[in-house]
Formats: sequence, C-alpha cells, structure tokens
Amino acid sequence: MRYLPLTPEDRTEMLGVIGVSSVDALFADVPQAARLDGPVNLPRRATELEVERAFAAMAKKNVAASETAFFVGAGAYKHHIPASVDHLIQRSEFLTAYTPYQPEISQGTLQTLFEFQTQVARLTGMDVANASMYDGSTACAEAVLMAARVTKRSRAVLSGNLHPHYAEATRTLARYMNIDVAADAPVPGGLDDVISQIDEETACVVVQNPDVFGGIHDLRPIAEAAHAKGALLIAVFTEIVSLGLIESPGAMGADIVVGEGQSIGVGLQFGGPYVGLFACRNDKSFIRNMPGRLAGETIDADGRRGYVLTLSTREQHIRRDRATSNICTNSGLMALAFTIHMTLLGEKGLKHLAALNHERAVELADALGGVPGVTVETGAFFNEFTVKLPKNAAAVTEALIAKGVLAGVPASRLWPDGGLDDRLIIAATETNTDADIALFASALKEVL
Amino acid sequence: MAMNQQGRPTRPNENAATGGYADTISGSRGLDQAEPLIFERGRTDLTGVDFPELKGTKTRLGGLERKSDIGLPGLSEPEAMRHYVRLSRKNYAIDLGIYPLGSCTMKHNPRLNEKMARLPGFGDVHPLQPQSTVQGALELIGELAHWLMTLTNTPCVAMSPKAGAHGELCGMMAIRAALDARGETGRRRVLVPESAHGTNPATAVQCGFHCDEIPANADGRVDMEAFKAKLGPDVAGIMLTNPNTCGLFERDIREIADLIHEAGGYFYCDGANFNAIVGRVRPGDLGIDAMHINLHKTFSTPHGGGGPGSGPTVFSQALAPFAPVPYVVQKGETWHMVEHEAEARADGAEPFGRMVAFHGQMGMFTRALSYMMSHGSDGLRQVAEDSVLNANYVLARLKHVMTPAFEGTCMHEALFDDRFLKDTGVTTLDFAKAMIDEGYHPMTMYFPLVVHGAMLIEPTETESKSGLDRFCDVLEGLAEAAKSGDTARFASAPVHAPVKRLDETRAARNPVLVWQESEDQPQAAE
Repeated sequence: MRYLPLTPEDRTEMLGVIGVSSVDALFADVPQAARLDGPVNLPRRATELEVERAFAAMAKKNVAASETAFFVGAGAYKHHIPASVDHLIQRSEFLTAYTPYQPEISQGTLQTLFEFQTQVARLTGMDVANASMYDGSTACAEAVLMAARVTKRSRAVLSGNLHPHYAEATRTLARYMNIDVAADAPVPGGLDDVISQIDEETACVVVQNPDVFGGIHDLRPIAEAAHAKGALLIAVFTEIVSLGLIESPGAMGADIVVGEGQSIGVGLQFGGPYVGLFACRNDKSFIRNMPGRLAGETIDADGRRGYVLTLSTREQHIRRDRATSNICTNSGLMALAFTIHMTLLGEKGLKHLAALNHERAVELADALGGVPGVTVETGAFFNEFTVKLPKNAAAVTEALIAKGVLAGVPASRLWPDGGLDDRLIIAATETNTDADIALFASALKEVL
Repeated sequence: MAMNQQGRPTRPNENAATGGYADTISGSRGLDQAEPLIFERGRTDLTGVDFPELKGTKTRLGGLERKSDIGLPGLSEPEAMRHYVRLSRKNYAIDLGIYPLGSCTMKHNPRLNEKMARLPGFGDVHPLQPQSTVQGALELIGELAHWLMTLTNTPCVAMSPKAGAHGELCGMMAIRAALDARGETGRRRVLVPESAHGTNPATAVQCGFHCDEIPANADGRVDMEAFKAKLGPDVAGIMLTNPNTCGLFERDIREIADLIHEAGGYFYCDGANFNAIVGRVRPGDLGIDAMHINLHKTFSTPHGGGGPGSGPTVFSQALAPFAPVPYVVQKGETWHMVEHEAEARADGAEPFGRMVAFHGQMGMFTRALSYMMSHGSDGLRQVAEDSVLNANYVLARLKHVMTPAFEGTCMHEALFDDRFLKDTGVTTLDFAKAMIDEGYHPMTMYFPLVVHGAMLIEPTETESKSGLDRFCDVLEGLAEAAKSGDTARFASAPVHAPVKRLDETRAARNPVLVWQESEDQPQAAE
C-alpha cells in the first residue's frame, strides 16, 4: 500500500513494544457485535494508473467551461487565473499546513491572511475583514446572525434580488435562532422596494449588488433608510471583480459587506471550495461579534513583527455554547489563492480586468438584444444581465448545448415556481472572445 | 579567507562594508530575512498580469463608477513569486515532518488527489450549467456518497456541508426538524460530554438547543450514571465523539444509543475521529442517527493552512427524510440533482432546508474519492489499524517519561498530561515550543479540557516506525531535560523558528487586523 509506510515486520515489532499479541487487542473496547470480521463490500485497492483511468472516464462525461462558449454565472464566474497562482498554492508548505495554532512556525500562512484581510477591507471599503468564510452564502447567513447580535433585534429583511441560494442558506441558519426573515419577490431589471419593509424591529437589510439578475444599484438610499430605523445594511456581492469598477459598498453606507471571492484565484470547481469574504466597520461590538478567524499583528520576544490568530475569545474553542458561531475553520488555501491573484493584479490590473468584463458584457447584451424576440431587461449592469425570451429559457439553454454554447442560468433553475420561466441570466467575462459572442447571438437566433 | 574546492568563499567576507555579511542575500540566510508586506513593497500602478487593450465601448454603469482609489498594491510576477515562496518557507507542513496535532489528523496528502481534482471535467465545471453537461460530476458525488454510506452502514448522506462544524450543524438541524415534525417542541436539552470539541455546544445552540454537560469518569469516558440521571422528556439528544477526544473508544456506546432512543432523543456522533475505525467499525451498527465525516481528516484532503474542509453528514433511517437539499439521485442511466425543497417534498422527503449555495466542496470530493479508491476496502481497514498501532506505539514508547492521562491502550491518539512536568518550572506551552527547536510541530495542547495540561499526540497511519522512533527519542530527551533542571532552553524556545515566541496577549488586547500606511497602526476598538 503506497501510502502506508509500516511493513509487516514493523507491525510485529511495534506490537511487541506495546505488549499485545495482535492489533485486534487494540480494538478491545469496541463492542463485539460492532466489529467487522473482514472488509466492507467495496472495491479493493487500486493502483495510481487505475484511479486515473476511472477518473478520466467520469471527467469525460462533463463539458468543461473551457471547451465551449461559456456564459454561465449567477454566483460563480469563469475567469482566467494566472498559472503562478496554482503553482504557489501547491507548494507543500502552504498546501499541507494546518490551521496556524503554532504561530512561530506558521508565519507564511498568518502573514498571507493578514494581507488578505487588508485587501478585502480595502476592496469593500470597510475597516476590517476576517480570514475568510466557507463561501459567500454562509458569509451572508452569518452576517445576518451577527447583525441580530449587534442590534439585539430579531428581524431581517432580504431583497428579493438576493441570490436565492444565499437567501435559503440564511433562512436555514436563522430559523432556529428565532430570527424572522422577510423577503420580497425577485424583480428582474429593477430593485425591489426593501425600504418599505424596514421597521423598528429590523436588525438588518440584506441587498445584493450587482444583484442576482446582474443589475447594479445605488445603495445609499437603502443605507440611509436602514440607519434611520437603527438597522444595519448588509451588502452582498457574488462577483468581486465588480468592485474594481463600481463604487464600494462601504462608500455607499454598508455596515457589513459579505460576498464570494471565487472569481479571484479560485476556479469554478462545480461549486466549491470557494472563499467567503466578510468585512465590517471598526466598532467594538462589531469586532467582538464577528464570526470566523482573524489574523492579527503582534511582536515576538525580540520585538520583531509577527502575526498570530487573535480575538479567539469569540470562538467556539473558548466560549463553547456562548461562541459567536460554531465555525472552527476558514477557507485558508482559497484565501491564499485569492490574495496571490489579487497581488498579481494590483489596483491597475483589477480595474483593467473589471473594465474588460464590463465591455464584453455590454457587447454581448447589444448582440443578444439584436436577436428578434429577445429583450435585455437589465439597465445598468456590470458583467451579467437578464434577458426575456419568447420561449422557455431552460429549453433554449438545452438546445444551445448542441451548438457549443452554454448560454447562462435559466431563472427557473433558481426559482422553479417564480413565474420567470422565460428569463435567462447571462454572464460575460474576459474569457469570452468576439467569436463566442457572435456564436451565441447566431445560435440563439436559430433556436428561437 | 577560507575557500572550498571550487575556489569560492565558504563564509561571508568579514571585511565587507556590510558588517560581515555579503551584500547580496543568498543561501540559507534568505530563510531568515524579514519579508515585508505587499503593502510595503508593491505599487498600485504595477501589475503582474497582461490584458488586451480595451476597445472603448460605451459603459452601462448607471453612474455608479467607483470614484475613490482602492489602495491595492500590485507586484510583477517574479516579485510575487519570491514574496510568496519566501513566506511559504516560514511554514511548517506535513510534507516537512510529522504534524502530530491530536484531533486534527494530519496525514500525508497524496498528489494524485490534486491531479484528479484538477481534471478540467471536475475543476472547470460550473455548478449551474445544465445537469446534462455534468453527468460525470454528479456520478462522482453519487459514487463518493455510496462509499460513505457503505463505510458507515447508513442509508443517507448529505454532501453539502462545507466543513466538520458545518456537518455538525447539518446533523443537529435534522434532529431539530425531526423533533419539530413530531410536534415535540419541549425537547430542547442536548447532552454534551465535557470532553467534546467546542464546536459541539456551539452547534447545539445554533439549532435552538441548550447544552447540559456530562462529566467524564475516571477512565476518560462518559460517566454512565451521570448520563442516565440526565435523561428525561426534555432531552433532544446527545452529541458524542467516538472515538472520543481522550483518544478512547466509548465502550458503552451501544447502551448510550439505546438509552437515548428509549428516552425519545437522537444520537449525534461527532465523526472527527472516524480515521481510527474506518473499515473496521461501521458507526451505523453502533446506533448513531447522524454523524459528520471530515474528509480532510479521514480521507486526506489537504488542509491548506486552515481550510477548506468538507463535512458530509450521514443519517439513520429515522433522520434521512430531513436531510437538506441538494442531493443526487440516479434515475436509470442518468444522474439528477434535486436542488429544491419542493421537488424533494414531492418525493416524500422533508428537508430542513439548504445550508449553502450550490452543491458542497466538489474539489474535496474528488480528492477524497481518489484516496478511497487508492486504498480500497482492504486498505482503509489497514488505515484504521495502522493509525491505532502508531498511536499506541507512541504511548508505549513515552509512558515511562511522560504521564499518560489514562490507563490502558488508546485508539488513534495518545493523551498525556502535565504531571511529568510538575515542579520543573516548565509548562506545557514551554514544552511544545521546545519541540519546535527540535524540528517538530508540537502536539495539541490544553485539549481535551478534562485533563490538566493535556498533550494530545496523533501520529496518523502515514508515519513510519523509524520516523516515530526519532520523534519519541526527541520527546524523551526533552522530558528528561525538563526533569533534570535544564530549563533555560524551554523558557526561551523557540529560538530556531522564523520568529521567537509571539506575544498573543498583546495581539488580543490591541488588535491590529489590517495594515495601514500611517505610523499609528489601526486599532480595532476594544
């Protein structure tokens, strides 16, 4: 067995040192009825070559994004990742390290997390950020719980244009904490009126920007309305590249900003692992109530700068049933990938990347808008928008597969009973060529 | 000056103006240099990525263009490579040596798994592209689910939890949903042993329960009398780790399962230590109702400095209907993912909801299945045996110099306490830091809480006998040094790490969480 170093002789010798006759003696505490005599009914060990063949056979049944004209978004985006990012995160010292419990020999992880936190705070326009969450949806749910703790209120108002998976994850986490979650119906092309739902019991308003249909909005009126009632504004994003081009949520009055960082450094991976971003204002009650891990600066015995995990008194391993959350990890490696890619981009590169994405999306919207029967419903957008089709969007999407186009996400995939069967949510990124866009438009014309 | 055979200096030129060191940084001295932050080194007008020119297409941003600068420094590619490679060299990792963190299960991470996860058919597919275009990805999830259900002898598994603690939440939410479905709104007390991970009580509270601690008995297991005394009509269930965090198998687990079921509650088993019994004991046979499985622990997915994890959660027949969406089903030759509660309910299920966007940690699923197939049913059984053998070997080798917390053999981790350090002036923390100077990552310290000055060593099955012998020799030497009064090395340790002992109290009292240019560093309000 290639991963197990002990030889039969080693095992015999070790049993002798322990003073037992067989390894079975070490399982003596297991009730007799629960001991298996032999292997379970699964295949026996496979060689490296056999595993590769089995995986290749399964992988071949999938259409990879790089093999088609690809326009699928709605919370995960295909971007080009520089080769050096994957190379660096595969370095043993990053890939095979654990949570930095011993900071003196984990400065690599800790310093990159400190850099990550600073990058996220600056991007979102907030004061502080944590060392990452599982993903954007869990970050969103945890932000609502944090807002309830901070405001000591128990009502959350969700925009109907929040990604429905984010809304569902939030409802699931809030349900047993007795937080009442109100939400509007989704509105393609507009922003629902969340302002009218804010009352004196409201802990927070959750608004996504760009929203799930791709529309971008001025959050300032919502922030003002929320603050007037003592509620917090939680701003959510699923496409972080947008922050290179549009105003930051912090500048528009958000109190907590959460979102998905997958676009930077992290591939599509069929939905995970991704990297949740979590940032907030620098306020005593905010920091104390923040979920997740935090890296902080300190000094060593010689007075030199170093980094540690800090403020752990909020966490489950100290506070147990009074912890701010049950989270005991972060997306360390994905946060590393994010921070490396963001460092390669820099401000100049991120702004250029964002502008390219927007330009591609505008050109795509114009091309598709020119197809008879198609209406682009999103006025202001970043790299994603929604079209109304004269036919069922899921059927159109299926028909386009054969023409080499993965066209986008039918709204019915997200809201099966939403009455939005003719809507298609379409994303464009820097990976889409002029030929991809022309192919999409001509293929769409053919299948309509 | 001393010269080697190539005629090059073997030591720095002592006459150089740089104070005895060469004016270029090279060789091992490069390991010791302070690495500035990207914010101190990069420039916002510098980028390491080339893009095509913009065409100048008219924007459609509705007047929401960013007006302020972001403040993100960039580095060219070579500068970025050096920055992160240098930082990487300040990290300990399992590829460098044993990482004996008890309850964390740091085993070898095979690179075949990485290669499989990066196949474009898995790494480059979108979670919302048409299901007809991801049949292989759905098949892989279905196949992994089959392995997990077979190894645990359970009829259902929820794949979407993103980490172990998230899996706990998944299991406890299903318990809450099952109780609600029975109309039992008064069952809100969850029994949690003292030795439980802090995530267990934190999880129970997030599901609207409150915790009632069960003490441990003298041999490190659940005190059965205390447990029985706590049973009652308001008990929702028990959260038990097995093998437990003292490294011991809960002998009375079947009785615990029967008693909690008779009392009308459910049995949550924390599966963090499944590593110790995989292929030899099926948790379903022990009477559990729900258990999460940390793929990174038992099935070797790399932990990347703190994540990602992945925590699929298996369910008994009683809880299976309440498992969350999404889940995969096979219909003839076709794989299908049920993504909505309405569709699940039409099939008779009662999912408690959705925990996360999309489908879970696909990248971890590929790695875990690659590891499982590599071992097979026979190899996985060997995994459990070798992990238990290695831990008992460490226990046997060290019990004469360190103090085992409990009598007898252990499962896959060996637990010591600090009695052997009594009156030496050396603390558990000092002892751990001294291990760093010897080239080893310390064990888990101060956990479990039921043992004073706990030191929990988990070698895992991927350590060789000779490696364990060296490790034990070092610990033996340190224990003897402490006892013989050679304590200065402990107080100053570590001296051979990239930094000396770090002031963690200062970091918490005066939190500096982001970098700022000004001299007065930002201070989080406290």
